[in-house]
Amino acid sequence: MIAEGLETTGKYILLMKRVFSRPERIRVYLKQYVKEIEQLGINSIGIVLLISLFIGAVITIQIKLNIESPWMPRWTVGYITREIMLLEFSSSIMCLILAGKVGSNISSEIGSMRVTQQIDALEIMGVNSASFLILPKILALVTIIPLLVTFSICAGIIGAYCTCWFGGILNASDLSYGLQYNFVEWYAWSSFIKSLFFAFIIASVSSFYGYSVKGGSIEVGKASTDSVVSCSVLILFSDLILTNLLKL
Amino acid sequence: MIEINTIEKSFEEKKVLKGISTTFKTGETNLIIGESGSGKTVLMQCIVGLLTPEKGEVKYDHRDLLKMGKLETQKLRREMGMLFQSAALFDSMTVLENVMFPLNMFSDKTLREQTRRALTCLDRVNLKGADTKFPGEISGGMQKRVAIARAIALNPHYLFCDEPNSGLDPKTSLVIDALIHEITKEYGMTTIINTHDMNSVMSIGENILFINKGKNEWEGSKENILSSNNKKLNSFIFASDLFKKVKEIEVNQVKE
Ligand SMILES: Nc1ncnc2c1ncn2[C@@H]1O[C@H](COP(=O)(O)OP(=O)(O)OP(=O)(O)O)[C@@H](O)[C@H]1O
Ligand SMILES: [Mg+2]
Repeated sequence: MIAEGLETTGKYILLMKRVFSRPERIRVYLKQYVKEIEQLGINSIGIVLLISLFIGAVITIQIKLNIESPWMPRWTVGYITREIMLLEFSSSIMCLILAGKVGSNISSEIGSMRVTQQIDALEIMGVNSASFLILPKILALVTIIPLLVTFSICAGIIGAYCTCWFGGILNASDLSYGLQYNFVEWYAWSSFIKSLFFAFIIASVSSFYGYSVKGGSIEVGKASTDSVVSCSVLILFSDLILTNLLKL
Repeated sequence: MIEINTIEKSFEEKKVLKGISTTFKTGETNLIIGESGSGKTVLMQCIVGLLTPEKGEVKYDHRDLLKMGKLETQKLRREMGMLFQSAALFDSMTVLENVMFPLNMFSDKTLREQTRRALTCLDRVNLKGADTKFPGEISGGMQKRVAIARAIALNPHYLFCDEPNSGLDPKTSLVIDALIHEITKEYGMTTIINTHDMNSVMSIGENILFINKGKNEWEGSKENILSSNNKKLNSFIFASDLFKKVKEIEVNQVKE
């Protein structure tokens, strides 16, 4: 079990060494990079907005119903909603969701290229297939993730306001006051920093699983499941460590 | 010219190649024939370096593949073209983009010259109007032909074809065989073809290697393959009635 884990880690590091070697043709990589930004980033905006909007609204309602009492200040609800969204939801939980969407997409795409010999075809042409397929994905996800986190935070806040405007759960000006109360800018930055790490984990780990597929379509499916599980565990683990390192 | 020397390759316990040596000649179509499972694909993958044999040498015009570093191998591979048993086209790209890919990656041509070259290659394999289609939208035979076009886009010195006509009808097979043969002559390439199709053997087998149970069993050309006395080769060739009859007729002719 431990030996197996070490072996997998070793293989992962060797693959990353090949991924981060000098690209053959910057222009072709750039084209690939733009394509991946669209496929991995732009196409995820919808789900990020949707989920964040609802979670923002639900958190507001829950907190309002559960902890509001006469001796709590009225801004408490807005304050807590902001902290939850900023500190954990928009970075860590969002990336867990993306590990499911983007991670399985990456590993099944690369995995099926492996089993249909498209990766062998790249190798025979003299292309560094690891770098060509994986590097643009990693870079694309790492560059687009701060944008997704920003969108998630904004959508969460809009969701919170929706409960005031349409649900009449609480007063919008109380919510605004709470959302701005005692704002620490560093929290937003630490959220972005964490998300960069998570993006790297999602892209590289799921590429690794896809790239090492052997066999046929069953193995591709298995690789895709494995990659989601591993990404999630690694994200949670590094969340623990990063949160500890990044605290004020 | 590609020379291989005592190549051995096994998977876990199973020994697939037990010391194969031969020379593949430049400007000729070199065929590797043998039963299904005899190790043709494994041998070809050892030659191109997708698999590493445990023992032996693979020399491309006196350059030893197995002693090269990664970068040298990558450079040598730019002189190779390969047609896989499953065409292995990039399915996120159109036919034209597939053929342009190696040009894009390795040539210094302008985009317009690349496009022109790619269209020439597609024209060469009789696939003019298909350039905007995706691999999923064309037939198996067309995919194979696109793969040939992609393999020859950079004028390779070495061409490898793994079962170029498996799963194709006899007529399309003939067209593809003839195409590979013509291209080999035209560009003076060293071409190696895996096949178990006797029609291909009889039409383009200039230099034939018959492998059986991981060993070279017989070498020769299409002219002397039918008259060979090798028992295993005979049982391979004359598995089909048609060739049995051809043999009988030949024998009768000799008697008369
Ligand atoms: N990756 C692998 N792992 C284990 N065994 C393998 C592997 N690849 C091939 N083999 C074994 O090697 C033997 C030769 O296989 P190979 O694919 O070379 O046959 P072939 O001559 O190309 O057959 P066909 O004409 O059907 O394509 C088979 O018995 C197969 O089981
Ligand atoms: Mg085969």
